Amino acid sequence: MASLFEFLVAAFLVIGGIFGIVGSFGLIKLNDPMSRLHAPTKATTLGVGGVLLASMLHAAAFEDYFSVHELLITLFLFLTAPITANFIAKVHIHRQESRDTMPPAGEDDHWATHDTPQDEEQRNANRTGAAQ
Amino acid sequence: MIASAAAFAFACFAIAVLMNLWKVVTAPLVADRILALDTMFINAIALMVLYGLALGSEIFFEAAMIIAMLGFVSTVAYARFILRGNIIE
Repeated sequence: MASLFEFLVAAFLVIGGIFGIVGSFGLIKLNDPMSRLHAPTKATTLGVGGVLLASMLHAAAFEDYFSVHELLITLFLFLTAPITANFIAKVHIHRQESRDTMPPAGEDDHWATHDTPQDEEQRNANRTGAAQ
Repeated sequence: MIASAAAFAFACFAIAVLMNLWKVVTAPLVADRILALDTMFINAIALMVLYGLALGSEIFFEAAMIIAMLGFVSTVAYARFILRGNIIE
């Protein structure tokens, strides 16, 4: 039975390592800055998740204690990766893109992150004008 | 079996950290540099957990937890500084 756990820990380690290296290679390889965001925030986080899973299984199967630290780190990483990705995307949108270079925003004039106080005043004026 | 798998994972994450370092130094856009630094933090967590697994020691999980929190806070602080010119307004 120990050999099954051994195999599982080794498999999680190898899968995690491959995901980690693929994520960092994507950071170099992808051309568009917005697509470069995907590789580290998704693949690398999954790779770390695999390593943490292997560590948790190793502690439970071979060292006779159940460790919740890894679970905490995994949860924290999986919660914060989208937040950091959102922040970095906003940095890119405001530094490299303008209203004219962004893709069309559907039925609105522009994306909400490019809103200025003048736009808001305009909208309020339109709303009160329509109400009267 | 576990030892060779851990050596493979060590090599993968070491190469990943080196690629991130290369990108931190040479990336043309500031957003890419922040992203590479954030990825470096995540890969450092993986390296510390692997080291704790190889040594059979529990002390590295606290260190990994602290690195995870510092990495998140520092990335948010960098992004806010670039966006607003200020971190706490």
